[in-house]
Parts: sequence; structure tokens; C-alpha cells
Amino acid sequence: MKTALTVLRKDLLLELRGFETLPAMVLFAIVTFVIFHFGLNQDTIDGQLAAGVLTVTLLFAALLGINRLFVAEREQGGFDAFLLAPVDRSALLVAKASALFVFLVVLEVIAVPAFGLLLLGPSLGPPLLGLIAVLLLGDVALAVIGTLVSAIAVQTRARDLIGPIIGLPLLLPALIGMARGLGPLLAMHGSTSPPGRWVAILALYDVVFALLSYAVFDFLLED
Amino acid sequence: MDQLPAIELRGLYRHFGERTVLRDVSLQVPAGSTLAVLGRNGAGKSTLLRILATLLRPHAGEVLVLGEALPRRGFAVRGRLGFLAHDPLLYRDLSGRENLGYHARLFGVGFERVEELLDAVGMRERADEPVRLLSRGMVQRVAVCRAVLHRPSLLLLDEPLANLDPAATDLVAPLIGRDCGATRVLTSHDPQAALAEADLVLGLEDGRAAFVTSPDKVDPAAVKRLYV
Repeated sequence: MKTALTVLRKDLLLELRGFETLPAMVLFAIVTFVIFHFGLNQDTIDGQLAAGVLTVTLLFAALLGINRLFVAEREQGGFDAFLLAPVDRSALLVAKASALFVFLVVLEVIAVPAFGLLLLGPSLGPPLLGLIAVLLLGDVALAVIGTLVSAIAVQTRARDLIGPIIGLPLLLPALIGMARGLGPLLAMHGSTSPPGRWVAILALYDVVFALLSYAVFDFLLED
Repeated sequence: MDQLPAIELRGLYRHFGERTVLRDVSLQVPAGSTLAVLGRNGAGKSTLLRILATLLRPHAGEVLVLGEALPRRGFAVRGRLGFLAHDPLLYRDLSGRENLGYHARLFGVGFERVEELLDAVGMRERADEPVRLLSRGMVQRVAVCRAVLHRPSLLLLDEPLANLDPAATDLVAPLIGRDCGATRVLTSHDPQAALAEADLVLGLEDGRAAFVTSPDKVDPAAVKRLYV
């Protein structure tokens, strides 16, 4: 855990210094909302359509972060430096997934209110707690699978393509769970709590992939 | 000098795709001594160092480093070796002090060691500047600090004096020079300088060991052939 915190602290410091990933993710999300606003030719949307738009936008913004997750390690020798240290290599997975999770939370803190202002019909107030729960569970899936995929992709020449090609199919169940979980929350006069079945599926998916990623990550770092 | 080998290679092979980069390399390096690896670009010097650093797997043969068989016992060696590579392994947006602090945490070393090393290489005053703003020589000095931060017993030095002026070379000498106390493996494109530092010399020619001998027995013509 201490090693993971050390790497996480370094990653957050690098992002604060460079401001390369988060601003791009936020800008992408806001511009996408504007495009949907005009593309759908509707002043407001709600229900499952709103859930789909929000999920897809967050997914593609997350892909920007996923693609950049290991860039500093690859370009500045961070992989070698880490591999030379006498530490548990799985700490790198924990740190990178935590960093991506933090990026996603910051993105949502800005993008979800913007979504509420630009596109969403119903108020975000009543279902806020349910919304946060579904988004956080979705963020865990995006962070864990994103880190795993990014670690695979960074070892290949076609790294920018490999991430989405492997990542999207792996993320599909989580994205469906996220969209279905958000749908009733974003409906006019909708529910204030998310559907339990989809929350349970998302949570189970998070646990399974977290364990799977932990089990295989060491091998991904091997030559 | 302790005569137990710090490094033992028997029939080492390493390939990259179809290309064989190291073929049938065998040698023993006694603890506390210095092995100089000579050879032209692409001869396999850096690959050999990366295998010894546990960053690459050997594809055939036996590799024993500090008494541990690689790659199986790599975890037992990490933390006991210091690797100074072509790449300084420093984050450009972090300062020298932050980079060394990060490595100190990874290696479980106290921060007083970071300050001690920054002083030793004359980098204390520039230690808070981002690495991207430092000259190549200054970056190399910080990289030397990174490599020796945890007082390794084996130093793997790939062109260690690259970019260093004579004054900086003198500053890093107590840390990575002949009297630093560690077993050293160093590569150099300057054969004369390498021979002066070495107890043992390995000449690599297209991945093969053209010779493994002591510096006083090295045939100058054989060294010249390595670079033709």
C-alpha cells in the first residue's frame, strides 16, 4: 500500500505540473455535450437517452485518460525505474487505477453539472446520491479495466488502437450496467435510487475485474 | 578482493525477434571488481546490462547475479543493484529532489541520503528545478544519485560519464568510480578509459564474446577489430 501511495502521489504531482490529461478529458466531455445538444436538436433530454449520452461521453473522455496513463512511464523510463525497485509490482496497478479513478471523479464533478445545465431536463438534486453511487461504481470499472488495458497497450506499437479495441469489449457489461442504472435516475419524475439489479451487476463486475487484474498484472510487466 | 563471483554467465543467449543479440556469452566477475564491456553500437552491451538488471530475460543459458539465478530469483537481486542507463530514468516535470525522493520511497531509503547525494554531486542549488530545465550533464549527475541512492553492491553503468565535464566526472567518481566499493559492470565507447578502470574486459562482437581477459592481456589489435 505504501508503494502504491508513493506512485499515486507522483502521478498526481505530474498531472498537477503538466495539466495534460484532466483538462483534455473535461474539455472533450463538455464539447460532446454541446454537440449532442445541437445534434439531437432537443433542448433537454431525460431518462434512458440522457443516461446513454452521459455514459458514452464519460467513456470516451475516460479513453483519453486511459491512453495517457502510462505515457510518462514509457517515455521517461518510469517502467524501468519501477521494475528495478524491490517492491510488489501490483502496487503499480493499484496506483495507476487509483490515479485514473481520481481523474474520473474530478471529470464528473465538472462534467455532470455541465450535463445538467446543457442537456438534462430533470433536476440532478433528488437522485444525486443514487447518481453518485452508480457513477462511482462505473468509475471503478473504468479505472481497473482501463489500467489493465493501458498496461497491455503500452507494450505494443499500435498502443493508441489497442486500448479501445481491447478495452471497449471488456467494458461493455459495466457500461450497460452504468447506463441502465442511470436511466431511472435521470427520468422525469424518476426514481431517487438506482435499480438494485444493475448496481449489483456493476459491483460484481468491479470485484471480479479488480481480482483478475491483480492476478495478471505482474505478468504484463515481464519482458 | 572477495573471490566469490558477483556475476556468473554460462552460455547466455538473447534474441529480439529473428535477431540474436547475445550468443553463448560466458564469464565470471569476482565481487568488488570491475568488468568493462567493449563493442561497437549494437554489439549487445546494453542488452547484457539490462539482463543483469533483471529488466530483460535471458533466452538460454544461466545467469547468476549476486548469487541469485535470473530471472527466477530476480526479486532477490532488485534493491541490491544500481542501474545507470542511457536514459536517466527521471521524470522531466519533477525536480531532481522530487525524483530522488520518489526513488528513496520506493527503495525505503531516508531523505537525508537524498540531500547527502545532491551535495556530493554539487546539485543542491539546482535540485528544485524541473529536470527538463537542467543541462544533460546535470541530469546525468542526478541520474548517478538515483543509481547509488540505496548503496547497491552491484553497479551496472551504461556509458556512465556521458555528458559529464571533467569537474563533474571528479564529483561522481566517489559514487561510481573504481573506489566506490561496489562490483561494477561498465560499458564505454572509449576503450582506453574503460581499460584503465577495468579488472576484467569483455569484448563483444555481434553478440559473441570475442575475448574475456584482464586489461593487461588485451590485444590492442583485437580491441581495434571490435570497432571496425
